[in-house]
Amino acid sequence: MTLADFIISIIVISVFLIHVMYVQYFERKTIGHMQARLGPMRVGWHGILQPIADSLKLFFKEDIIPSQSDKPIFFIAPIIGVIAGVSSLAVIPLWETFSIADLNIGILYILALSSVGAYSVIIGGWASNSKYSFLGGLRASAQVISYEISMGLSLVGVMMMAGSANLADIVKAQSEQWFIIPQFLAFGIFFISALAETNRVPFDLPEAEAELVSGFATEYSGMRWALFFMAEYAGVFIMSALAAVCFLGGWSGPDIWFFSYVPDVVWLILKVYAFVFLYFWIRSTLPRYRYDQLMNIGWKILIPLSLANIILTGLLKIV
Amino acid sequence: MFFAYFAGMLTVLSVLVVTRRNPVHSVLWMLVLFVHIAGLYLFLNAEFMAAIQIIVYAGAILVLFLFVIMLLDLKKDESVRKFQNQWFLGLVIGLIFMVVLVSTASKITVIPPLGEYSVDAIKSEGSMMTIGKILYTEYLLPFEIASLLLLVAIIGAVVLAKRRIE
Repeated sequence: MTLADFIISIIVISVFLIHVMYVQYFERKTIGHMQARLGPMRVGWHGILQPIADSLKLFFKEDIIPSQSDKPIFFIAPIIGVIAGVSSLAVIPLWETFSIADLNIGILYILALSSVGAYSVIIGGWASNSKYSFLGGLRASAQVISYEISMGLSLVGVMMMAGSANLADIVKAQSEQWFIIPQFLAFGIFFISALAETNRVPFDLPEAEAELVSGFATEYSGMRWALFFMAEYAGVFIMSALAAVCFLGGWSGPDIWFFSYVPDVVWLILKVYAFVFLYFWIRSTLPRYRYDQLMNIGWKILIPLSLANIILTGLLKIV
Repeated sequence: MFFAYFAGMLTVLSVLVVTRRNPVHSVLWMLVLFVHIAGLYLFLNAEFMAAIQIIVYAGAILVLFLFVIMLLDLKKDESVRKFQNQWFLGLVIGLIFMVVLVSTASKITVIPPLGEYSVDAIKSEGSMMTIGKILYTEYLLPFEIASLLLLVAIIGAVVLAKRRIE
């Protein structure tokens, strides 16, 4: 690794973290307008400086540590989440010739890191030594196991169509037709599983605030709590980017008129934000599922459907 | 150099896994251990194996371990001594085996001829492609038998769980 690679990685990560910071503003504005409110308005023009004010506040807040907690694990839990979320970014191809690491196992790498990221929620809930946190952690572990299977299986269809697990090759394989058309079933399964994997509404049972105060994050405060939030939004971005790359043709855009002069990375970012908007839209529309319903959807509907999708894709490939 | 680091860390981490009082700590050290094993695979140019190691072992099996351990009430076990009195005898036997193993392994001089799957051959078409091809052509029968065994295990688990409810 040369110095240039190192500097490029730092730049990409910094830009990504700014996006992660501002996506919370985007979320509050979106949900605000959907509920006929204005959202943040006070800090700066239309509240544009709100994320900076929030980060400053969280940074200087007291970091409360429960006296009965398991301290090393309590400290490390949110950090695992952030590292897993940010390092997934390495394999996302931002434009045709650029991704930080061009791995042949790109999809598997993201799946592996998302399963490691789940540990932050599980052990964070356990180490807090509080009933609410503990229940949140337990729910997270069962949920992650169930939905990882359907998510992995739904991406198998994409890998079969592209004949590769390299994300850049997958985008190149979509030059004629986006995979969302032949793989619409896989797309639906993937999106629902991604909602559950990132603990978003309607599957945010690990932090169900009506029953569990704030679930796994109950005992966290200040900067560590902010790290949990960063990990969650980084996960939202990574899953949206994966959906954009695997189903919507990644960096490719319309090749007509002045659109062909727009840089490729802009198309990718637009697609990612379309998915992020969908996440927020769903959050302000749907109520939370019950826990047994969550398990039923995962095991009895999504996994059989994704297996059927693999068989269908195989038949399609033979014909 | 890399190998020395991984080998040393794997040994230290394994010892940490079996000596922790708190079972959750054991599982977490095991997670670090699995990540190191994946690192060793990467070092050996087996990127597919490394990814599968993390997804299957760290992502699924260890989460199940954690889930079960968290549900059990292990407060009592923590105060009980973890090791039996035979540990010294075990250590001696283990050391003898290690001496025998090292002395024989260092005497092996015959190097078998290299197979057709050299590092370059695998790199040219990707480790995932190579493993898939071999698994579904040469080793199709063992593969099918292994999957059948797993199916039997799943059915067995379901039968046992059902009986307990009634």
